[in-house]
Amino acid sequence: MTNLLTLHGLTKAYPGVVANDDVSFDIGEGEIHALLGENGAGKSTLVKAIYGLVQPDSGTMTFRGQPFAPSNPNEARAAGVAMVFQHFSLFEAMSVAENIALGMDNPPKTADLSKRIIEVSGKYGLQLEPSRLVGNLSAGERQRVEIVRCLLQNPKLLIMDEPTSVLTPQEVERLFKTLRQIQSEGASILYISHKLHEIRALCERATVLRLGKVVGSCDPRVETNKSLAEMMVGAKLATPKKTEVTLGEPVLELDGLNLKSDDPFGVSLKEITFKVRAGEVLGIGGVAGNGQDELMSALSGEVRVDPQQICLNGAFIGRESPSRRREMGLLSAPEERLGHSAAPTMSLADNILMTAFDRQRLGRRGFIKRPPTTHFAQAVIEAFDVRTPNETVHAKSLSGGNLQKFVVGRELLQKPDLFVVNQPTWGVDALAAATIRQALLELASSGAAVIVISQDLDELMEISDTLAVLAGGRLSAPQNAADLTPEEIGLLMSGEVAA
Amino acid sequence: MDFSSFSTLTFLATVMAAATPIMFAAIGELVVEKSGVLNLGVEGMMIFGAVCGFIAAVSTDSPTIGFIAAAVGGAGISFLFVILTQYLKANQVASGLALTLFGLGLSALMGHSYTGIKPPSSAKLSVDGLSDLPIVGRLIFGHDAMIYLAIFLILAVWYFLKYTRGGLILRAVGENHDAAHALGYRVTRVRTLAILFGGACAGLGGAYLSLVRVPQWTEGMTAGSGWIALAIVVFASWKPLRILLGAYLFGGVSILQLNLQAMGADIPVAYLSMAPYLVTILVLVIMSADRKRASLNAPASLGRAFHASS
Repeated sequence: MTNLLTLHGLTKAYPGVVANDDVSFDIGEGEIHALLGENGAGKSTLVKAIYGLVQPDSGTMTFRGQPFAPSNPNEARAAGVAMVFQHFSLFEAMSVAENIALGMDNPPKTADLSKRIIEVSGKYGLQLEPSRLVGNLSAGERQRVEIVRCLLQNPKLLIMDEPTSVLTPQEVERLFKTLRQIQSEGASILYISHKLHEIRALCERATVLRLGKVVGSCDPRVETNKSLAEMMVGAKLATPKKTEVTLGEPVLELDGLNLKSDDPFGVSLKEITFKVRAGEVLGIGGVAGNGQDELMSALSGEVRVDPQQICLNGAFIGRESPSRRREMGLLSAPEERLGHSAAPTMSLADNILMTAFDRQRLGRRGFIKRPPTTHFAQAVIEAFDVRTPNETVHAKSLSGGNLQKFVVGRELLQKPDLFVVNQPTWGVDALAAATIRQALLELASSGAAVIVISQDLDELMEISDTLAVLAGGRLSAPQNAADLTPEEIGLLMSGEVAA
Repeated sequence: MDFSSFSTLTFLATVMAAATPIMFAAIGELVVEKSGVLNLGVEGMMIFGAVCGFIAAVSTDSPTIGFIAAAVGGAGISFLFVILTQYLKANQVASGLALTLFGLGLSALMGHSYTGIKPPSSAKLSVDGLSDLPIVGRLIFGHDAMIYLAIFLILAVWYFLKYTRGGLILRAVGENHDAAHALGYRVTRVRTLAILFGGACAGLGGAYLSLVRVPQWTEGMTAGSGWIALAIVVFASWKPLRILLGAYLFGGVSILQLNLQAMGADIPVAYLSMAPYLVTILVLVIMSADRKRASLNAPASLGRAFHASS
């Protein structure tokens, strides 16, 4: 097998961090090559360099035998490199055809382009309607738009950055079939992911990155999930454990919650009904954009609903404000760390005040009591091993994993009766993720109820007692997590079975 | 009330003239906002264009050179906004307000010695025969060239945004600048060009006031037209053809109140002169009542500063 792309000694440094440090590897012709590593390992910077979005400080690339140093994406596309982005590079208020035209250098006329889109999408089993608005498409359909956009240029190398993070298991299967078909036609694929079982199922070779350096390469088909994960992290990993508790009385009951979304591309909640008991971890799965954000804001109190629809410890709280709910024992941590659960340019101590002011009595008559605030911040930092110089640094200066530990810790140390968290470990390194999961389980063991909204199926299977799935704004009936298989959950996620 | 002085034809012709300055400014601002930039300096760019155009027209005795100077002046002052918001990444709202204040002050300084002078008059386009047709002749033909240019500009922008690749890229940049950057489009360059175009249009609108509509130079003569133009962009839900509608609606109400005053309507003058602004506010409230529709049309990146992340 000859090499399609060879990287030699690629280095790229940003102020304060070396994103890629002397990275060398190669991709063979017609090979599906995995790039494996934790968040912050430098995978994204590396592929951006190949796609011409980032210029490396030093090092060389060779593509199809020629020296290759694209200074912008247009040059990379002209050479035969195409890329599907992790956060889709799509324009919601535009049609599928317009989105595809924007990704091409010399798009044909609209009518011809529509014809070609239908042709290519039919050939690879990626059904698309060129005139539809992208804002109305599901995540899976959006990804098809990106893939078709790449395929229309007949690429030699297709880069896929975390392509499956928002797909159901069935959609992942379909994607793999498409990728194998692309491979069989002679193109190579660089597949970036931290989902190990996918890499083992799809890829022939893997290069592992850690802290910007290549730490190894292997044949993922003969490795185990555990061995790959330990290669990525560079340490032994322990799986979180839960001590058995008997479930108590229901802490929270939702009875037929309906909520119309204000966002034109949002999802309205329909007839959401469930109970969480003391000591229970309820996992809520589902593909992003199926009502998770809406459910989160209805539970936290950012959006008010009819009083009777939400019942906390026997009290109807549908109309209560978030701070009132906090006093009553319902604490929450929304998905976005920077800007939603924490104010980026405020210190950690000030961020403590935002949710703990009333519950921890950190102020009186509108005045802040500084010493107890500082103490509480220090307690969170210590209890959750938040790596930070002290509590006066800005929230945004913490890494994703450390800030997430801080945000979750801030709520857990306030001893909630019910804790609601959305995407607790999204974009968090494996060690921090394990810490957070363990803390959630300990909270439940201590007799609190926990609701975890997540798109990470493995995470939900690992920590939930009961599991329900959001699809199109409807919630399936919660079932015992141990009785469900990933296939069954996948069906629920696609909304194809009535709950 | 005395209706004898009212003539529908004269009324319609004056409405067209009253709407033209706003049309220029609004279509320029629409392009700017479609690229994702909110430039609140329209008023300042308009009045700066008004004074530049006036000075150039008086010194060369040519209204055409006056209008060209106004467009260049408007684009020139908007370049300040480009430097502030696109290169220094300053806040767009604050920069826009500063531009308005700066434009008002600078134009007053420059126009000081020009108060009370009459500019050269612009020729009306008259087509032999056609302009003498009954009704249609007065209404469609026989205006000055700038009225036609304004309408042509709106049609041209509509075509550009809907049917050309350049328009597609402009909309893409306004819709999601990160994605546009990731695909290799030059966000800052596209926005710079859009802002300069918006400045030139605002300048033309201002010069139409000082050279044709009034026509003379007085300090602060735009009297809020720039703000009305901003409101009309929202009223039009960022659709070029609706700018035409919005500008005529506003022009219609402002001429109507003048006519009512002349006819001695039994309403205090103060209420009549605030009518156009009240109607604008009312229409805006009604238009934005449906939040879903309003946010669907607005460019999603409007007013957000762009930092290339890589």
